[in-house]
Amino acid sequence: MTELFWLAPFIPGMSALLLFLFGGRLSRRWIAAQACLSLLAAFALSLLATIGLLGAGHGSAPIVKELFSWIVSGSFSARAAFTFDPLAAIMGLVVTGVGFLIHVYSAGYMAKDRSPARFFGLLNLFTFFMLILVLASNVVLMFVGWEGVGLCSYLLIGFWFEKPAAAAAGKKAFLLNRIGDTAFLVGVFLVLAVTGSAEFQDLAANVMGGRFPAGMATLAAVLFFIGATGKSAQVPLYVWLPDAMEGPTPVSALIHAATMVTAGVYMVCRMNALFAFSGTASLVVALTGAVTAVFAATMALTENDIKKVLAYSTISQIGYMFIGCGVGAYSAGMFHLVTHAFFKSLLFLAAGSVIHALSGEQDLRKMGGLRRYLPRTFPAFFVGAAAIAGVPFLSGFFSKDGILSRAFAQGQYVVWALGLATAILTAFYIFRLVFLAFYGRDDRISAETKAHIHESPSIMTVPLAVLAFFAVAAGYIGLPRVLGEKVDLFGRFLAPVFANVPEHGPAPGTEWILMFLSTAAALMGITAAYVFYVKKTHFPHGLISRFPALYTIVSRKYYVDEAYDAVFVRPLVRGGEVIFDHFDKRVVDGALNGTAAAAGAAGRVLNLLQTGLIKDYALAFLIGAVLFLGFLLM
Amino acid sequence: MIPAAFFLVLSILLFVLGVVAFFIKRDLITMFLAVEVMLNAANLAFLTFAKSSASLDGQVIVLFVVTVAAAEAAVGLAIILVVFKRKKSIQSDDLNIMKG
Repeated sequence: MTELFWLAPFIPGMSALLLFLFGGRLSRRWIAAQACLSLLAAFALSLLATIGLLGAGHGSAPIVKELFSWIVSGSFSARAAFTFDPLAAIMGLVVTGVGFLIHVYSAGYMAKDRSPARFFGLLNLFTFFMLILVLASNVVLMFVGWEGVGLCSYLLIGFWFEKPAAAAAGKKAFLLNRIGDTAFLVGVFLVLAVTGSAEFQDLAANVMGGRFPAGMATLAAVLFFIGATGKSAQVPLYVWLPDAMEGPTPVSALIHAATMVTAGVYMVCRMNALFAFSGTASLVVALTGAVTAVFAATMALTENDIKKVLAYSTISQIGYMFIGCGVGAYSAGMFHLVTHAFFKSLLFLAAGSVIHALSGEQDLRKMGGLRRYLPRTFPAFFVGAAAIAGVPFLSGFFSKDGILSRAFAQGQYVVWALGLATAILTAFYIFRLVFLAFYGRDDRISAETKAHIHESPSIMTVPLAVLAFFAVAAGYIGLPRVLGEKVDLFGRFLAPVFANVPEHGPAPGTEWILMFLSTAAALMGITAAYVFYVKKTHFPHGLISRFPALYTIVSRKYYVDEAYDAVFVRPLVRGGEVIFDHFDKRVVDGALNGTAAAAGAAGRVLNLLQTGLIKDYALAFLIGAVLFLGFLLM
Repeated sequence: MIPAAFFLVLSILLFVLGVVAFFIKRDLITMFLAVEVMLNAANLAFLTFAKSSASLDGQVIVLFVVTVAAAEAAVGLAIILVVFKRKKSIQSDDLNIMKG
């Protein structure tokens, strides 16, 4: 049964194909049921294979399934082959498991949408490509999945394409991802040029065997990481993710929180040998992650759109994962990926439930006191918020602490400090959201909206409950080592994948202190948010009026979009216009129109010969005959 | 025996007459007649050369030309008839719809 894991991508893939071909003729219920069941089947296959992997024991070879030899060209060949190792198992379970819950939720959330077949077809297609990315045994096949999820992301952000903002957001995401993907592709070429093999196993072996020059390894790793900054929305290519919130909320939960945006982290973990080999590249990864984490967290502080707060929070949390990868704590990074997938998709889905209840309202300033109206959404959201804030004994606490303590143990104090600062900011902005939306008086909600307020149906709240359970419980599969050598089940399961990477945990005493600091950071943020937004609600306004410039800069997101617009977009557009005006219109069009004009003029001149009179033609004939005869006689 | 040159001169005179008539006359029937004159001028030249070189080839060609001329006359007159039906005129200057 374990070999059947290779079917996992193709079940959602087939489902997508059926939905695209016959979706128009299927009933709404059937479409949703088929999409959900295909995910459930894929999840079951992943689970079976994972159980098989657990049963096979520590350090056994990964399961490889070769489908066919795909590209054979000279000395280069790439197989269409899937590898199922612990890393792929975890990512596959997250993609299909969280994906399944989000599919179920979507059946309720999108119940009134006009094109359910297109929506569920795209979600299924996304799962297909994501699983290809996860299971690929070589970097070329991974690139296929990498591009495929990007395509689905574009199509789903622009799902409501009749809204100009949604169409523009999709385009922005696609173009920014192109930049990263180009770097990724160059990285693939570099690896192929140096080692001649695209297989991940060969790559690790070549790096470990010293057959990969250090400079080249750094260059390749940095190129791959630039690809990751595009896909995983890190500095400097993060600007597409907040705009991507124009898509339907389940899409934000699935693609832009739980799975696709973490593909960059997965890819770095997959190539851990290459990244660990190059200290420079690892440092780049860690620093980019830390800077992104703190930078995005500050932007979340002043955001008033409930989904965009979560988007900035996603960027920030992925920054944490990259800190983990950058300091060599790959399994801690993966662990945060898993817990983040649970609590962030929970937060997104709960936010979706809030938006649903308020008839599409996303502005935090027009929310308040919702905990009385949404008795099931509120606890779910609260659990998610507590988890991401790092409240002790919830999943986010363990995974965040795992990363920060290892960053500290590696001596990356700057990175650690930035991470700790982010932890305070995270707790603050997420509880700002909780207090603004769910606490306080409900008079900020417009009367019209208030009349329609309703708790979401069970099909939406049950997935919330399941995710809330995991947002609490997922932490207990990866407890810190200080509690015992064997409690870090997650790390032990992943150990064979990261066997080449030496990992130092902090000393037990240090780890306790670090844990205490993390807890203090979380509580500090939450308390501050409580004071600001529940106790003394005039406080934020006072701060704004005292530091208006600072507030403006932060709330305008440091003018990064404007800067990119001024530095890249507008010169390109302007340059395009100049070329259009001077080259296209004058040279290209001029050549074309000139040819036509010359032909026309020649026609008009030759037209004079065509008088239509028999005499003239006869005269021409006579002259011709005389000339011909004269020629013959001479 | 009249010298062959006489016949050839007559042939040339007839041909030139035909050409001139073709160009100065405007109605199609006369132009058509002018063409016939030119054809028969050529026939006379053929016969003259056949006689003087004691070969039958030229005479055979003349028979062909007469045959073709008869067919051509039938077709040409039919065309003139149709043109007249449509345009109520057989003046060549009136037929200029092919003007570019």
